[in-house]
Order: sequence, then structure tokens, then C-alpha cells
Amino acid sequence: MTLTELTIASARQGLREKQFSARELTEAHLAAIDALNPRLNAYVTVTAERALAQADAADAALAAGKLAPLTGIPLAIKDVFCTEGVRTAAGSHILEPFVPPYESTVSANLLRDGAIFLGKTNMDEFAMGSSNMTSAYGPVANPWTRRQDNAALLVPGGSSGGSASAVAARIAMGATGTDTGGSIRQPASFCGIVGMKPTYGRCSRWGVVAFASSLDHPGPFGRTVEDCAILLGSMAGHDPKDSTSADVPVPDFAAACRRGVKGLRIGVPREYRMDGMPEDIERLWRQGLDWLRDAGAEIVDVSLPHTKYGLTTYYIVAPAEASSNLARYDGVRFGLREDGADLRDLYERTRAAGFGAEVRRRVLIGTYVLSAGYYDAYYLRAQKVRALILRDFTEVFVHVDALVTPTAPSAAFAQGENMDDPIKMYLNDVFTVPANMSGVPGISVPAGLDANGLPLGLQVLAKPFDEETVFTVGAALERTAQFHASPQIRAGA
Amino acid sequence: MGYAIKGSTGVWEVVVGLEVHAQVISRAKLFSGAATDFGAPPNTQVSFVDAAFPGMLPVINRECVAQAVRTGLGLNSQIHLVSRFDRKNYFYADLPAGYQISQYQHPIVGEGRIEIELADGSTREIGITRLHLEQDAGKSLHDRHPTKSYIDLNRAGVALMEIVSEPDIRSPEEAGAYLRKLRTILRYLGTCDGNMEEGSMRADVNVSVRRHGEPYRTRCEVKNVNSVRFVMQAIEAEAKRQIEVWESGSAVEQETRLFDPAQGSTRSMRSKEDAHDYRYFPDPDLLPLVLDEAWVAELKAKLPELPDAKKRRFMQEYGLPAYDAGVLVAEQATADYYEAVAKGRDTKIAANWVMGDLFAALNRAGRTIADSPIPASSLGKLLDLIADNTISGRIAKDVFEAMVESGEDPATLVERKGLRQVTDLGAIEGVIEGVLAANADKVAEYKSGREKLFGFFVGQVMKAMSGKGNPALVNEALRRKLT
Repeated sequence: MTLTELTIASARQGLREKQFSARELTEAHLAAIDALNPRLNAYVTVTAERALAQADAADAALAAGKLAPLTGIPLAIKDVFCTEGVRTAAGSHILEPFVPPYESTVSANLLRDGAIFLGKTNMDEFAMGSSNMTSAYGPVANPWTRRQDNAALLVPGGSSGGSASAVAARIAMGATGTDTGGSIRQPASFCGIVGMKPTYGRCSRWGVVAFASSLDHPGPFGRTVEDCAILLGSMAGHDPKDSTSADVPVPDFAAACRRGVKGLRIGVPREYRMDGMPEDIERLWRQGLDWLRDAGAEIVDVSLPHTKYGLTTYYIVAPAEASSNLARYDGVRFGLREDGADLRDLYERTRAAGFGAEVRRRVLIGTYVLSAGYYDAYYLRAQKVRALILRDFTEVFVHVDALVTPTAPSAAFAQGENMDDPIKMYLNDVFTVPANMSGVPGISVPAGLDANGLPLGLQVLAKPFDEETVFTVGAALERTAQFHASPQIRAGA
Repeated sequence: MGYAIKGSTGVWEVVVGLEVHAQVISRAKLFSGAATDFGAPPNTQVSFVDAAFPGMLPVINRECVAQAVRTGLGLNSQIHLVSRFDRKNYFYADLPAGYQISQYQHPIVGEGRIEIELADGSTREIGITRLHLEQDAGKSLHDRHPTKSYIDLNRAGVALMEIVSEPDIRSPEEAGAYLRKLRTILRYLGTCDGNMEEGSMRADVNVSVRRHGEPYRTRCEVKNVNSVRFVMQAIEAEAKRQIEVWESGSAVEQETRLFDPAQGSTRSMRSKEDAHDYRYFPDPDLLPLVLDEAWVAELKAKLPELPDAKKRRFMQEYGLPAYDAGVLVAEQATADYYEAVAKGRDTKIAANWVMGDLFAALNRAGRTIADSPIPASSLGKLLDLIADNTISGRIAKDVFEAMVESGEDPATLVERKGLRQVTDLGAIEGVIEGVLAANADKVAEYKSGREKLFGFFVGQVMKAMSGKGNPALVNEALRRKLT
């Protein structure tokens, strides 16, 4: 048995049946990290000793019959979640020396449920990017390569590129991510795994380094829909420390994966048919809809008329919030400090040395759109459009139970591609951003390969706090797609 | 016509609006659980939220909201059931997040008014524009090290209420009366201790001048004035400066200024061009603040009696003149003290004693009524001793002074010192006979018409009795003996 190939659900069973120990499972993953991380750069920090200690504790718990939902399951944590005593840099040089004295709510919930943390994963700086190229700790490689050219390294997507790459390469059983404009779903699509963005307010943001507070959504990665459901069940829950956390019950998400789609109405938003979208993606989308129809769902054409403004308004709202959220990185209390002649000089030197080009660009855009004289034209108008985008979803979910769309307009591209034009890079988020603007839950499920042998994902969206329908439809796509291809770079390969 | 300043070209009216920052009395800060005690060692009352560590989030302190609502109700203001928090963005070393959480567009409290009393006994209404909640910043200490600044974040995140008045104030005196009245109301409500020396109440003063009947001219804001007296001085100094500018043919520039109490003048801090662009926007970490109407009603029902109502009651219930009632309600503790003394006694005499002898004694001792050397119950007993003729009013003054010294019970003091007044008519007549015999010549003069000498005889008798003769009995007996 190759332990790194197991799903979380099957590993849970194996641990309970004493087929292997948590220590063996953890050691297998640590060995795979040793072997593959130099090529992938998926982890920025590996906490091997801690992981082994946690594994021994898990084995003791298993021996004592004290079972928690994730006892003994080795996970990777995106480096945007503050982890007590473990450096948390959020892909930025400015936080290189920062070791949080506290544990984020989401990672604390996972630890409470018995999970083992293998380490912290690489990411775009402050989660700003769709390729993981903006990390101060180097780019992450996608474990998939093109059939014809397996030398060229591809991006894993972003911003949660390290987490997606690690789960796809079998050097973590699951991982956490954050999704501000698609940062879980797009890398999941690029890496051929499942990535889930729950409803805004479902997972606490406390202890998550903020990018854009009203858009940041913590969520899970797994190699199956059920694994994501299991992880989300542990991550979610009301947190009084986050004023935007929702006080709603957490249902049994895994049970929802076993439900059928018979009788469900699936909407197909016409605005997601984009000019110039690769034929492979079109074909896969149609195929996915056919599968669902065959499984008994009703397919309905719908319209989300304000979708076309989604990306534009996102690139006003997100930088605006970011420009304010990142003001605290000033060299005064923690993180990097570059001394200066006076306070202003200290700020300028610290932030110039600490922030990369993409972060600087977004801070500038955000500062601009909030400035006196521009606020009404940009920020205020964007907020109004945002309300219209939410209304589109509210209205459409009166008629349908879920929407199915492609996750991203392309498959993974090569490192270095799309770097010359930020707008081209931003277009990666065109299908994912509306769910952040509206807060509705969504998932990306791998559904097939393109002509180059690269994975493509389909996205399922449902109404707020109806993650169960997202999991039901996602699992149905997964069952029919029978996606068993695996990346070239992976543990045991 | 009220207050006006005479310039070289004529008479100018002064227009003032005040923005008062009042520190909310609460155990914890506005958005964190850190303590708010004044004078704690630097950086000992700082949570990770206050220091704006990565991933930290604000959570509103319900008690601070209640305090703002109480204050709004006390200022006869409209309570907004839905309000919102915004971020005010600027960089400074003692502002950890790089923004202050404040309420810009949708404050928790809207329009209201308070009534002020002026020295001539007249009253005026000053409009309140709004009250909003916001965080205080930390403190920068620049004088501890030749090249470094020190930062103390104890105050960072403490709740402030910014109370903005309409530009209804027309003189330094009105500004002083407004601030004192506001402070009285806040103290009654228990929402701010009003201590300007410790910085728990600070004022930004907006001043402009105009000719009578004109629309408003350009105003300047004098920042962070920290006493009532300085506010009054700053208004006068700034108004005179502006009049000079206008009269010299120039125009006043809108700017932020500082008051220098040593110089008695204001100086420019930053001009309009240098004004910050605060880039206000709704704080995405906080949901709109929605208040339950029933909760507001409950807070309203539990409000204490406020100074205006108490003053009216003192006038009606105790028959006090407006002035006395005003003085007695200025501090809650004084009003409580007075009521304890006046209960079941002559209310006017009680008022005279509290406002006269007691205030004088407190002044001499540098104490407040809250730690008065004479509890209200003791002063009441002293008044009882006068009422039942145990001692005379004059002796009572001596007893009072002795009470200030020793804190003794008045009855015990009277007995111990033998101050009980003599009401034995025989004894009084005996003394009178002695006095008249020793002053036969004066008696003759009196009887021949110099009736003014009556006072002389009273004095002599009282002197002979060490002041303990009952004045009424002495008078009566003397009159009988002299006819």
C-alpha cells in the first residue's frame, strides 16, 4: 500500500483499523516532501519534528480509542494562517522574521480535531496573484507537465499554489487555502485536485493574514470532494473573535457527498461563455452538464447579467481593502524593519524593501480608488455593482439549486507566462471572482484533461450556506468524470 | 447684543463650534479585551488587536456602545438604531493598524441639544450635531532618548466619544459654560469622568469671526485644547488673530492650529493643502452596528436624574432659587449631599450651610465633597441642634469648625465643650442684672432715648455668658429689664 496515495477518508479508516500508524503515515509524507519539495517549492517551512510529535500523540489517542475526525491525518497549512511558534510570512519578505504567538481559529480547529501539520505552504505574496509567481520565497512548480514538453515548469495557479501543488503531488493529504478572488478554486483546477471555497462567514478569518477582509474566504483542498467535505467540517464554525463569522450550525458535509442530483435544477449562466475560451474547456463544460442530466438533474439556462463587471469591480474593492489592511506592516512593532532618518524614512525603506512589485501595485491602486475625489467614481460605484452581482445570484438561486461553470478560462500556464501584462494575469479570476463578491460557496472539481494532458476543473456554485448542494453536485461530477489521471511529479512515481 | 470684539474697522461676532473627545468609562477597550486603567506602566494594557498584529480582528465592546447610547440620551439626541464603522487611514507610529476605526458617515447618535446657563442667569440652547464612537491612538514619547521615540500603546484602542456641537457658541463664556455643562452631564451619566488634566476629555475648537448678520466666514480648528480655561483663552486669541487678518485686507486660510497657553496665542499646525486625505471607507472587519429598540428603551429607563431635571426639582421641592439649585446640582455628589442634609429639615438653611460653610471648608482643605471631612449626616445633626435650641446659630459655626478638625459628632462636641446654650431664664436674668448694674451710666442714656445701646447690652450679656445665652431669651429679658 502506498500511504501517500490514500484519501483522507480511507486513511482515517486505515488508522482506525490499525493497518498503519499515524507515525508511518506522517513519515511517508515527510520522506516524500524531502524528495519532491526541492523541485516543487510547495512548502516554505517543514515542521517535521512537530509533525512526528503530533503523530505520536495521534497514535496514543488511537490506541486509547479517543477518535477525533482528523486524528493522525497529515495536512499542509497555507502560510497565510498564523501558526503559534511557527514562522508565518504570507509569501512576503516583510513578514520574514514573524513568528506568531497565536494560532488561527481555522488551524486551531484542525488541531483540535487531531490533524497533523507537516508544514506551511508557499503562496503569492499576501495572496495577491494567480500563479504563485509573486511569492518572495520563489515560484512553486505545478506537479503536472505538458505531454509534449515535460521540462517546462508550469505554475500551480495562485494564490494558494503551494497547498494545491502539495496535495496534487501527494506530499500532503489535504491542505488549507484562502480564496479572495479564486485563490483556492483556480489552483485546484490547475493542479487536478478539489478546492472548496465555503460561504463568507463559514470559516473564521481570525488569525488569517488579511488581504481583502470582505473577500477573504478560508477553505480546504483535497484530492476528493469527500475529503474537502471532511476538512471543511473541522475548519468551519462560529467564532466570536471574528465579527463577520456566521452563527449557523455546521451540517454533515460528507453526508451531502453521498446524495444524488436527481431532481436538482442546475443553472448554466450564459455570461460565462467567453470569447476565445479554449475549445477543450467548452467541451468539458458541456460534458459535465450532460453527466448531470444523465444523473437526473435538470439543466436550465440562466443569466447573471452583472458578471461582466465582476472582475473590474473586484480589482477596485480588493486593492482598496488591501491598501488599508497592509498599512500595519510599517516596521514599528513586528516583521521587517529598515531603519531610517525619521519615521517617514523608516516607513518608506521598510515597505520598499519588504513588499514585492504586485503588492506595491495593488497598494497604489487601492490608495488611489479611496482618495478624495475618486472615492465616489471608483470605490462607491464598485460597491453598488457588487450589490447588483449579489442580487444576480439571489435571483438566480430562486430558480436553480446550483450553477455549473468552468473554474478558469485556461489550463495551467508556464512559469513566466502572462507576467508582462497584469490585466492578462487578472483574467484568470474571471469565473471565480463573482463568488467572492457575493460570498456564495463554490467548489472546483477536476473533470478531465486538455489536449496537452493538463487537468481542467469545473466549478459548482450554490446559494449562501448551502455548501451541502455544492458537495452533492461536486461529488456527482466527480463520480461520472472518473478522473484518475495523476501528475508526473508525485510521491511514489 | 452679546459678546463682541471691537476691531479697528468695527465690531465682530465670534462663531464657535466644539468637538469634544470624551474617553468612555469602560473596563475594556472599544474593540479588544485589554484594560483601560489610567497610569499603568507603558505597554502593559495592550492586546494583539491593539497592536494590530497580522490576522487580528476587532470585536465591538457592548458596554462602550451602551455608554454612547446613554450619552446620546442624556444629550437629548436621536439614537441611530443602525450605524457603521469606517476606517480613517493615516500613518503614524502610535497608530498601529495604520487606520483608526471611527464612525464617519453613519454615527451612532444624531442631533440633540443641551442648555447652558450664563453668569447673568440667562440660558441658551446649544445644538449637538452628532456623537460617534472611535478608537483612541497610542502615545508617542519623543523626549526619552536623543534619537529614538518611544511608543506607549496602553491608550491605543480605548473608546472615545466624539461629541460635535453646532456652531451655536458665540463667546468664550458660552464655550466654557457648554464644556462645564457637558462634563456635568457625562459625569452624571457615568459615561466619562470628564477629567481634562488626565486627558479623558479634550476639545478641538472651531473658530471663525463675522460681522453681524453675515454668513459664516472661513474657520480654523484649534486642536487638542485640554482645559476649560484654555478653550476660553484660545477662542479669544484666535478670534482676535482672525480679525486682524481680515482687517488688514487679507483672508483667513482654513487650517489646523495649536494653542500655546504660555504665549496665549495660536500657531499654525498644518494648512488645508497639507491636510490628510484619510481615505475613509467602511471597515470590512465589522458588520453594521444594529441596536435593538427595546434595549435602547431599557437603557433610557435606567438613566439617572440629569442635572436639568434635578435643578427643576430642587426649585419646586425645596423652594430654592435658580442660582442655588444650579450650584447644588453641578456635581452629582453635591446634590446627593445636599438632599441628605435637607431631608426633614429647613431646606433653605441646609442650602446655606452646604454652599457657605461646607464649600469654604472644602476649599480650605482642598478636598471634594466626595471626601468631605463632615458627612452629610453630621451636618444634618448640627442643624438639628440649632433647630431644637440646643445651640445658637453662632455657636454652631464654632461647632462646625471643630467638626472639620476632629470629625467628631456635633452633639458629643457640644456636651464635651459645654456649648449647650443657656435657656434658664433665672440665670439669664441674673447675668443681665449684673451687666446693668455695672453700666448704670449707659442704662441712663438708654432710658433717655439712645435706644441704639440695646445692642451693646446684648453683646455684654452674651460675652458674660460665653456666647451661650439663648439669643431670643436674652433679648426678651433685657427688654423687660430696661422698661
